[in-house]
Amino acid sequence: MAQDLVKSFGSFQAVKGVTFTVNEGEVFGLIGPNGAGKTTTMRMLSTLLQVTSGSATIFGKDLITETDEVRKIISYLPEEAGAYKNLTGRKYLEFIARFFCQGEEVYDMVDHGISLSNLSDRIDDKVDTYSKGMTRRLLVSRALMFKPRLAILDELTSGLDVISAQHVRKTVRDTAANDTTIIVSSHNMLEVELICDRLALIADGRIIELGTPSDLKEKFDAANIEEVFVRAVSA
Amino acid sequence: MRSLSNILGKEIRELLTPATVLPIIILAILFGSMGGIIGDVEGEASKPPIIGIVQYDDGVLASKFSDTLKENDAIGNPRSEVVYAGNNIEEGLQKVSEAGGVALLVIPEEFGSQILSNSQGIIEVHWIMQGTGVLDTISSTSLDFLISGANYELSKYILENDGDVDVELALNPTVKVDTTTFKGKEMEGISPSAISATLSSQNMLVPIIVLMVIIMAGSSIIASMGLEKENKTLETLLTMPVKRSYIVLGKLGGAAVVGLLMAVIYMLGLGTYMGSLQGSTGLDLANFGIKLETIDLLLVGISLFLSLLSGLGLCLVIGVFARDFKSAQSLTMPITFLAMIPMFVLMMKDFATLPTAVQTGLFAIPFTHPMMAINNLMFGDYTLVLAGIAYEAVFAAAMMGAAVILFKKDILVTGRRKREKKKDSRAWSLARPRR
Ligand SMILES: Nc1ncnc2c1ncn2[C@@H]1O[C@H](COP(=O)(O)OP(=O)(O)OP(=O)(O)O)[C@@H](O)[C@H]1O
Ligand SMILES: [Mg+2]
Repeated sequence: MAQDLVKSFGSFQAVKGVTFTVNEGEVFGLIGPNGAGKTTTMRMLSTLLQVTSGSATIFGKDLITETDEVRKIISYLPEEAGAYKNLTGRKYLEFIARFFCQGEEVYDMVDHGISLSNLSDRIDDKVDTYSKGMTRRLLVSRALMFKPRLAILDELTSGLDVISAQHVRKTVRDTAANDTTIIVSSHNMLEVELICDRLALIADGRIIELGTPSDLKEKFDAANIEEVFVRAVSA
Repeated sequence: MRSLSNILGKEIRELLTPATVLPIIILAILFGSMGGIIGDVEGEASKPPIIGIVQYDDGVLASKFSDTLKENDAIGNPRSEVVYAGNNIEEGLQKVSEAGGVALLVIPEEFGSQILSNSQGIIEVHWIMQGTGVLDTISSTSLDFLISGANYELSKYILENDGDVDVELALNPTVKVDTTTFKGKEMEGISPSAISATLSSQNMLVPIIVLMVIIMAGSSIIASMGLEKENKTLETLLTMPVKRSYIVLGKLGGAAVVGLLMAVIYMLGLGTYMGSLQGSTGLDLANFGIKLETIDLLLVGISLFLSLLSGLGLCLVIGVFARDFKSAQSLTMPITFLAMIPMFVLMMKDFATLPTAVQTGLFAIPFTHPMMAINNLMFGDYTLVLAGIAYEAVFAAAMMGAAVILFKKDILVTGRRKREKKKDSRAWSLARPRR
């Protein structure tokens, strides 16, 4: 799916040629140290950054030439994101839903989003009264409610408590089971082991390891992914 | 103490950005050049006024009067520069206006005989008005001064030589009858200062409205960009399946509607204000054929709308560079100043009487055009208004195009601090143990 993606900022290459394929319906994890290029890669895939060189196709749509088509089938959750503060959670979901459908469908989609968010009665409060974790839950449900074909989720559970993180992980797995392919990045190695079918380890703008969690553990003779991470990066 | 200077340093660094310093420099330059213009005008005002004299009465009183106009004053400075002396009004007017003069003074045939029969002698003053700005009418003041000087000499003469003339009359021997020619329109019974006084309220208020609307709507659009970045909602918006041009149009349209609404509210206020003002001065310019037709109002509206759109487009382009709400606020400064320049200049001087360089500069600022539209339309000067509208349309389109292009670029997501970030990343890779 992604072919030799390169992103330069001026003379600095943040992503130095990344190639990987994500299978349909899979949860694909990107892990790596800070500044490795995970976010940059995801921003390229979600049409936010112009690709310096290389190519990618998403469900047969070319990322560079069919940008508008790609935007219809993907959703992107930025690592740091917010919602419009003067809207209520519900109104925010409605605003987003209107980009994807019309009429009654909007409300069905919003209802689905609300159930994903698990915000229950707080959904009608203004977003600026939300805690960080509540906003994150709203945004995760925003990214998943319209059943995109590909969801790109950067630092999925950042700022979430254990219970909420668990809920969000379950939501992600459920969504993946319902025909949504997911690319997720995380610094929580337990989490990636729990939800990812396959992992790519990025360091310094390159993929240095790629495989299923169990393959990787075997390869590095490690008890868990955290050890894999440490050994692979310091190798 | 150390921690205080630490905080102080941070605050100063935050506040001293190009966006805050540049406008002040621009303002300084602006005031400097305004000073230049005012200085020029003062120089002009202290110069003797350029006039023409048409004298139909060759009696001794009329001659005394016209001679005083031509003579040097008590300290030997010329009172005036006479570019025409003859008896053809048409020719005189042409000569005076070619020389950039103030007025043609006509002394009618019965001037002297009227005074001798104890009624004031009439002086017809054919004003050639250059512009409606405050500084444009200064030269008319110096002509008033000249005439009162001549009156004084005439009074002296009458008191000395014509004992049977009423003293009261001898002290005020003449009366002025004004006719003003401005932009090809001849208006009887009105002087340039009266016109500019009547127009001055409008000359002030329309630019103020334009300024307010531009600042408010413009800063709202820049702020909205700043807020989107501060609240981190922009990235999400940009991955939505929506054309970039729609995002641009949506942001512009929203601000434009609000801006127009404000403009209408201001206009209503202005309308009543002007109405009450005209009632009080008792001078209705419509009687002199100076008024706006429906089509004129439409043109003013179009000009205002297009300048609003231009301003908003410019703001959106600037807004792309806003990092957060705070930096967005400081980015509205340049727009404010851009709108203030034409306001101040046009209050002082009419566009037509400005040096070409200043004219070019003003023309390039889209906000100038609605500010001077009413004035120009009142006197039937359509060329400038239409050219302005055409320019505004081009400017607005260019700004929107630029905004759409910028919305497709990385800069919206990455911001404009590329170099600093790069340094960070290098620092990080250096700190990391080398592999
Ligand atoms: N706008 C930018 N301009 C210049 N360099 C950038 C920019 N954005 C990111 N970089 C650089 O690109 C590299 C990759 O950054 P990226 O954000 O993709 O890392 P990441 O893997 O997501 O890290 P983290 O785990 O900290 O989120 C870093 O060295 C970063 O400094
Ligand atoms: Mg990141």
